[in-house]
Amino acid sequence: MRHTIAVLVENEFGVLSRVAGLFSGRGFNIESLCVAETTDPKVSRMTIVTSGNDQIIEQILKQLNKLVPVLKVIDFTGTETVDRELVLVKVNADNGNKAEVLRLVDIFRAKIVDVAPRCYTIEMTGGEGKVSAFLQMLRPIGIKEVVRTGKIAISRGA
Amino acid sequence: MQMTGAEIFVRALADLGVDIVFGYPGGAVLNIYDALFKNTKVRHLLCRHEQGAVHMADGYARASGKTGVCLVTSGPGATNTVTGLATAYMDSIPVVVFTGQVPTLLIGNDAFQEADIVGISRPCTKHNYLVKETKDLARIVREAFYIASTGRPGPVLVDMPKDVLTTPAEYDLPKEVSLRGYHPNYEGHPRQVESAVRMLLTAERPVVYAGGGVILSNASPELAELARQLSLPVTTTLMGMGAFPGSDPLCLGMLGMHGTYTANMAISHADVILAVGARFDDRVTGKIDEFAPHARIIHVDIDPTSIQKNVPVDIPIVGDLKDVLRKMIRLVKGKKEAAAFREKTSAWRGQTAAWAKTHPLTYKQGKGKIKPQYVVEQIYRITKGNAIITTEVGQNQMWAAQFYTYDRPRTFLSSGGLGTMGYGLPAAIGAQVAMPERLVIDIAGDGSIQMNIQEMATAVQYRIPVKVVILNNGALGMVRQWQELFFQGKYSQTCLPQIPDFVRLAEAYGAKGFRATRHAEVPDVLRKGFAAEGPVLIDVVVDPGEMVYPMVPAGAPLTKMLLV
Ligand SMILES: Cc1ncc(C[n+]2csc(CCOP(=O)(O)OP(=O)(O)O)c2C)c(N)n1
Ligand SMILES: [Mg+2]
Repeated sequence: MRHTIAVLVENEFGVLSRVAGLFSGRGFNIESLCVAETTDPKVSRMTIVTSGNDQIIEQILKQLNKLVPVLKVIDFTGTETVDRELVLVKVNADNGNKAEVLRLVDIFRAKIVDVAPRCYTIEMTGGEGKVSAFLQMLRPIGIKEVVRTGKIAISRGA
Repeated sequence: MQMTGAEIFVRALADLGVDIVFGYPGGAVLNIYDALFKNTKVRHLLCRHEQGAVHMADGYARASGKTGVCLVTSGPGATNTVTGLATAYMDSIPVVVFTGQVPTLLIGNDAFQEADIVGISRPCTKHNYLVKETKDLARIVREAFYIASTGRPGPVLVDMPKDVLTTPAEYDLPKEVSLRGYHPNYEGHPRQVESAVRMLLTAERPVVYAGGGVILSNASPELAELARQLSLPVTTTLMGMGAFPGSDPLCLGMLGMHGTYTANMAISHADVILAVGARFDDRVTGKIDEFAPHARIIHVDIDPTSIQKNVPVDIPIVGDLKDVLRKMIRLVKGKKEAAAFREKTSAWRGQTAAWAKTHPLTYKQGKGKIKPQYVVEQIYRITKGNAIITTEVGQNQMWAAQFYTYDRPRTFLSSGGLGTMGYGLPAAIGAQVAMPERLVIDIAGDGSIQMNIQEMATAVQYRIPVKVVILNNGALGMVRQWQELFFQGKYSQTCLPQIPDFVRLAEAYGAKGFRATRHAEVPDVLRKGFAAEGPVLIDVVVDPGEMVYPMVPAGAPLTKMLLV
């Protein structure tokens, strides 16, 4: 099963390699990983999407907790969360499909952020379902390049 | 007062009570060696190889319970410590390794003698540091010792760039350590402990499975008391030898690949297993799906990641064994349930005794070649079980575990997790430094001893009177045993036809050398060797065909033992 895990860590040199090394060294899988500073500049927050059976996830959570610079580990599974991902997509935009691209941008509440002679660059954010639906709709038009940030998540409520 | 980083470092060691450092100098740590020259509190032992230095610190730690300290230079000095770190890491031994590093500004430039030792050692240390500023040095030294020795112990590495060592700063060793991400849990949850005792008391066929954690937490007295209160049979792992008295009637011996028939049968038929400070390693469990098929498992360990890692556990308890076992004792001591339990489990003890009687550890000496098992038994007789034994790796290690009886913790020092050939001699030197009045013996193989033989020079230089007994079978015996059993006797690269004359080698180092070639002379030669002053190497030429039994082939269940 897929799990989204938030890890609060000391914002210091080498922490990312400790976390990444833990995953690679123990054969755990990372689907995506996002890191940035929190409101406290001494603390960074990582959001990791991983997958595995219950026993593996239990090991991942315990092993993360065991790292000295790890302050807190939250597994979002089974809790109400808001999650988002940002994608930048370059699609073909010639006279035959410009209108279709604009229509999709409108429907998905995306934004065109760069225009070139035969290409639009689109910015879009959304949950997992929305992002994959959007990319699926664009595919027949011709995607030249996609960049995704990977998922970030936050719990619902106060 | 302003001091240089190097002076701060040495002062911090002294203030933290470090009495000995095992090390090897080089360019990046010259300033520290200069500071050590002036210092009288911290003794330094010059090793002959940095791997030896780490194993010495490790042997010192295992024998004494204190943290071992090691100091080396950058680059090759640092990379030479990796096997020592990995050895200590696998066996949870508190060691702190300090490495020199190129100046901060040169890091990343492929400077002379630069190695990214923090990156290299990350997966084989409990934690590591690169010191960026001199003002952080004292605090980091303190944290390193704290992390190495608390919770589940382990090695910590501190990398110190040269400029950090030469720059002056105020000496400020913090009184306390505060690490917001590191809080080992020592106290077992009382309700979990109650449930565990309740489950234990329902057992008809209980077994305690005790590992190295019992020794690390100094919980042997508590383990013995609980076992006696409930007459619980106890099996130990290789790392747990001595955690429970081997001569106690409740002791089933070692379990696992080369465990006793009794221990392997008992664990396979048990209905409740109390696992303490052990981690269900593959050398212990055999085929994991068929391990202890009838048992409910209570697992006590200070490291939560050890629990539920390899086998599902019914009652997990995270905590220090000493605390948890004390709580368990309190719940059973003098209670009538305990008496009833002893009564109802007596048939089970009868069964384990019957197994022990029909299938003891055994070998046949006969009139011919010296049997290695006989040598180990004689070492036990002559030392009356009072020596500290270290081992190398291979058959020698297994015979040392099987045929010497360990009644006390910290008397059997062996690389269990990593299986590092070359561990025994430097570990013996470290143990002897910690315990100068004890007899320390390395039970060695002719292959392994050559991996750190250079440390004989260290032993001679400092008059450290370790005794090495080589079970010389002219082979990488354990590997050859697998070839014999599983590769149709094709001895690919496991014969050692070119073995040095160990007696003359010992003499060349300035140590004493002895040799035994006939079994009748073994006791005498051993006695003479142990009585001789200073470091001694005893070469015992043993039967090369001898194999270690019982043996559970890799991947087989524990009940499928090959017997003699
Ligand atoms: C550093 C290292 N290299 C290789 C091995 C694999 N290995 C395990 S036992 C063994 C043979 C050891 O030979 P020896 O020291 O003579 O011991 P014996 O088994 O003959 O008693 C080898 C090569 C190891 N454990 N460690
Ligand atoms: Mg050999």
